[in-house]
Amino acid sequence: METILVLTHADETGSALTRASLEAVTAGKELAARLSATLTIGIVATDATTAASTLAATGARLLAVSGEAFAQARYATDAAAVEALCRAAQATIVLAPGSSRLTRVAAGVAHRLGGFIDAHITALGGTESVEATRWFYRQRVEAVLSRDTRPWFLLLDAGTHAAFAGEPGVASVEQVAAELPAQRTTVIGFRAPAQDAQTIRPDAKMLFVAGAGWTKKQPDGQIHAAEAGALILGFLHATGASLGSSKSLVDQGGDGNSVLPFLTHLNQIGQTGATPRHAKGLSTCCHGEEPHVVGWRFIGDRRAISLDPNCGWTRGKADVVYIADAFQVMAKVNALLDAKKG
Amino acid sequence: MANVFDIVVCAGLVPDPLQTLEPVTGPNGPGLKNEMVLPAVLDPWAASALYEAANLAAKNPGSKLWLVSLGPKAKLQQVMMTVAQKVSFQLVPVDGPIGGFPDAHATAAALAEAITAIPDLDRAKLLLFGGWESATRGAGVTLQLVGERLGMTDQFQGVDQIDLRDDGSFEVLERVEGGKHQVSVCAGTPALLGWATGNLAEPRNNPQVGMANMRTIMPALQRAKAAKLEANGLRYVSAALPKQQRTTRVEKDMAPDEIAAELVAWIGAE
Repeated sequence: METILVLTHADETGSALTRASLEAVTAGKELAARLSATLTIGIVATDATTAASTLAATGARLLAVSGEAFAQARYATDAAAVEALCRAAQATIVLAPGSSRLTRVAAGVAHRLGGFIDAHITALGGTESVEATRWFYRQRVEAVLSRDTRPWFLLLDAGTHAAFAGEPGVASVEQVAAELPAQRTTVIGFRAPAQDAQTIRPDAKMLFVAGAGWTKKQPDGQIHAAEAGALILGFLHATGASLGSSKSLVDQGGDGNSVLPFLTHLNQIGQTGATPRHAKGLSTCCHGEEPHVVGWRFIGDRRAISLDPNCGWTRGKADVVYIADAFQVMAKVNALLDAKKG
Repeated sequence: MANVFDIVVCAGLVPDPLQTLEPVTGPNGPGLKNEMVLPAVLDPWAASALYEAANLAAKNPGSKLWLVSLGPKAKLQQVMMTVAQKVSFQLVPVDGPIGGFPDAHATAAALAEAITAIPDLDRAKLLLFGGWESATRGAGVTLQLVGERLGMTDQFQGVDQIDLRDDGSFEVLERVEGGKHQVSVCAGTPALLGWATGNLAEPRNNPQVGMANMRTIMPALQRAKAAKLEANGLRYVSAALPKQQRTTRVEKDMAPDEIAAELVAWIGAE
């Protein structure tokens, strides 16, 4: 019989669980119910009280590693914490959110325990055994896999399960001691654009992607990078959309050209960038070939504006493609959005 | 005080991203159709790691750089013809299968064994670089497993920047959720850095660098040890292309005003 451990961790407050952790809890509950397995939830937090209260309604055994050392996300301490939780739970299957914090350490811990790991899991299925679905080749091939070996660690992609939301209550938590190695790494903080300049918005309903066409010569023979920047930022401001970009456009900035100064490699979508999850996506000035579109795998409703009637988007990769000049269209869109706001 | 590093970059081979990929199932599990004849390139994120490593080595005289790569010898030779023209390195090839379907643990074991066998590698000065994920398996676990096998407990993933300090410590920027970087300071080597894109542009081809590299690459390829990758209980139930081909409506004759009105309605719709 399988025993399941769900690993969770606190957010930057040090006490509340991250959304991705709560999604992993849902996955764990569903899997435990299907396999008639016992469920344990492990918490890594500065103070696990709040997190445990959030999980009281799960009815699961709760384990926690807590203390100031776990306020910071770093390999040495987090690996020690996760290892201690795993050893205490003696689980055969370990589910964890694919957050930056746990992705950094889960493989190492799996190795320490003589176990195995698979990451970026998007679904858990199977009847007789556990079968995990994940993508290969940057979202171009979808595979279902299974393992006979245990313990088996599975890192779940964010957004693949609903976040657990039970009535908070009083929960009994077993504190687990973690043996900490010497700490050679200190986290000194976070670096992010100013709040109003942050263009990456994972919770936005919409993704707006700017391609290299924005900085190409326009019909008047000139490059209009400043105008392009104003149109893009105006749209983001009006809609709250998240901004993605093609690699070629970001690279232009890296080469020292005066292009769109608000774009960084963090905005990159596709083969060498992110694969975000949004309900809608609007592509502009991007040719829609495979290296770009693999980053759109989890975008629901897709539209594109392109001057090329034979671009990749028209070949079954978008729902609607407008063959038009994005400068003209986006200026009109922004004007309409402004008028709508009054 | 001068910093001197022994930098090892782990980098795999991936199909050129413009190629059409079709999964096929053989006696050893899934693979890609005509995989051996698909043009291959160095994995993009690992290539970022290589360029950052070369930049770091150039700025810190006395530093050494090795590129450890697992793949069929013929493929390695083909890809190295291009990569070798970019930056100077010593190749440590491991002759093994190509592709994303072999088990990451087995790959990590082969890479760790190859790194351990590098003569003159000073583990106290080691910076182990690689991509934070590959463009084949894309699991983002192989480098951590290599690091754990080598006993490295200062690991960073999604790295975009490293800034050295005079005392041997360094500041690292790692990508975290929400378009932010976590900033950490590590006391010094040994450390593992899984790179995202970094900040360097791809170096231009330099035939002189290429010729110098190839003088050591070809003998290294001839000496490459074969690695047999264990399945470790991994079993594939299926591997297929996504079926979601969309029915695209292509609007060629709509005026910008009409398009804008339709888009605004679409944006506002739930």
